[in-house]
Amino acid sequence: MEQQPAHSIAQLVQPARVHRSLYTDPQIFELELKHIFGTAWIYVGHESQVRNVGDYFCTMLGRKAVIVVRDASGKLQVIHNQCAHRGAMVVASDKGHTDEFQCCYHGWTYHLDGRLKAIPLLHGYPADFNPKSGKTAMTQVARVMSYRGFIFVSEAADGPSLEEALNHMTTSIDDMVDRAPDGDIEVAGGTFRHVYNGNWKLYLENLCDAAHPWFTHRSSIDAAQQQKDDVLSDGSGEIAIRQMRQNGAPYSFWESQVGIWTYPNGHSYLGDYHDDSKLVAAMNDPVFRDYIGMLEAKKGKAEARRILEVSRWNSNVYPNLSFMSQFQQLRVIHPIAVNRTEVHTYCFKLRGAPERMFQNTISFANIVNGTGSLVLTDDLEIYNRIGIGLSSEGADWIEIGRGYQSDGPADHGGRQGKNSTSEIYIRNMFDAWLSYMTGTPASAALRQGAA
Amino acid sequence: MSASAASSTTVDGGAPWRRADCEDFLVHEARLLDEAQFDAWLALFTPDAQYWVPSEPNQQTPHHTVSLIYDDRRLLETRVRRLASPRIYSQEPRSRTSRIVANVTLEESSPDYAIVRSKFMMIEFRRNEQRLFGGTCFHRLVRYDGALCIRLKRVDLVNCDAPLDGLVVPF
Ligand code: FES
Ligand SMILES: [Fe+2]
Repeated sequence: MEQQPAHSIAQLVQPARVHRSLYTDPQIFELELKHIFGTAWIYVGHESQVRNVGDYFCTMLGRKAVIVVRDASGKLQVIHNQCAHRGAMVVASDKGHTDEFQCCYHGWTYHLDGRLKAIPLLHGYPADFNPKSGKTAMTQVARVMSYRGFIFVSEAADGPSLEEALNHMTTSIDDMVDRAPDGDIEVAGGTFRHVYNGNWKLYLENLCDAAHPWFTHRSSIDAAQQQKDDVLSDGSGEIAIRQMRQNGAPYSFWESQVGIWTYPNGHSYLGDYHDDSKLVAAMNDPVFRDYIGMLEAKKGKAEARRILEVSRWNSNVYPNLSFMSQFQQLRVIHPIAVNRTEVHTYCFKLRGAPERMFQNTISFANIVNGTGSLVLTDDLEIYNRIGIGLSSEGADWIEIGRGYQSDGPADHGGRQGKNSTSEIYIRNMFDAWLSYMTGTPASAALRQGAA
Repeated sequence: MSASAASSTTVDGGAPWRRADCEDFLVHEARLLDEAQFDAWLALFTPDAQYWVPSEPNQQTPHHTVSLIYDDRRLLETRVRRLASPRIYSQEPRSRTSRIVANVTLEESSPDYAIVRSKFMMIEFRRNEQRLFGGTCFHRLVRYDGALCIRLKRVDLVNCDAPLDGLVVPF
């Protein structure tokens, strides 16, 4: 395919429908890496993963391998994992602790912020070779910012600040952190990494999709509904089965009890209209009651109440992050190819909460994010089937119009579906997509949000 | 009940555990899985059984770290019931599997239980794609109503921390 000019990209996103090629065209994928993953604020990890000077971990920024590290001055640095000499990958462990980075090829050695520290055989380089210049340093990513411990990077040297880009979604991050009685959360409990043969956009499109569980998860809903409750469980099966049964809530539940809210730059969350008790049924859980007691002791009754009344399920920060405060889950989306996506999932421990609560977090992760989960495996099947379906040239347009005429404004500059089964959050992501891809301000790119 | 149950009835409570009996049992178990006789497979487990596929090498516990699969008895029953559902879309089409069980050793035994270590390889074929899994299994076997039963099955995949597509058919 020839280079896509901006105007032809724009034609691929129309009110309430988009062109199939957005999920299948390798060249559009390349443009997405450049214009979306190469400019937007991209979540790379959490500060608890690099608490001390010299702590580091490796991750991917689109297709670029980066090291997230706390440098000697305590500052967060994100540097490309490539030696400035002849390009070898410098750091080969997923995570660790070090004083310096040393390339195993010819021994160039770097400070934690990527500056060159020592170089063997220095005399052999040309006269103008300057070990203090940027050319001999590992390359830093342009901007690194964190919001309450959540680290994002942007490869654009200028542009909106992280908080401007997050806009109202800062309150979802607040919700993650405020739930910790000691005011701090930490990544713990390992990760899942799953892959599917489908486009990266499908993942966030599914995470707020309230209309799919009834069909997609039918096998696990039925199996869980038929399960006898007097069979032995150590608590983990109980949480899993409760979640599967919840997926079987009738449409009337999704249409009357649950809402979907969207905000500029492609963000959204699915949440309860009313209270926090349905999804987790947590108020009847003695562990959760202990936790409430500890939260009240640390924060006071009124503040604890305010914190627990935030009733969001999945919060999606476009383009690569989704998290859920009630069970401390987080997912990061990594685009690999136009039809290949990897998702890494993490759990958080609430500092100052009962130990048993983290066990519930683990049990919940296993059922909603587990590679062998009775639920997630059917979602993965859907992503694969969409990958296959969209790669067929039979029909060119896909519908994202559910709720299009009934969306309305929401507070804080947002827009809201009439209820949770509106596809407003997909339309909202495509408005952001169009804005990034065509370089037009979000307001001018509106195809889906225009009232 | 099953062939293995019949052969294991020769082992009385308190009698020494024989490696060959355990191997027969594991081969029988693998066959049930390959033949998709999941109800019969479930019947090999005790009422307090656990089935565990860790997500990390040398994972110490399923309670503080996520697992590819961690089923207590209640969830294991639900897992097996789902496998029989005509609407299990991740098994449409169904996987075909072929397993080899080998290097069976008796690691530990007492009158009440034995821990059996084995190596396995499993080929899974589904929708034109073949995947190869391999690793080490630990079975904690007990005698229950005169038959060998599984109290705990732990499966350590060599690639447990690799990016993987869904795992639906049990190992
Ligand atoms: S490539 Fe790294 S020192 Fe030569
Ligand atoms: Fe789902």
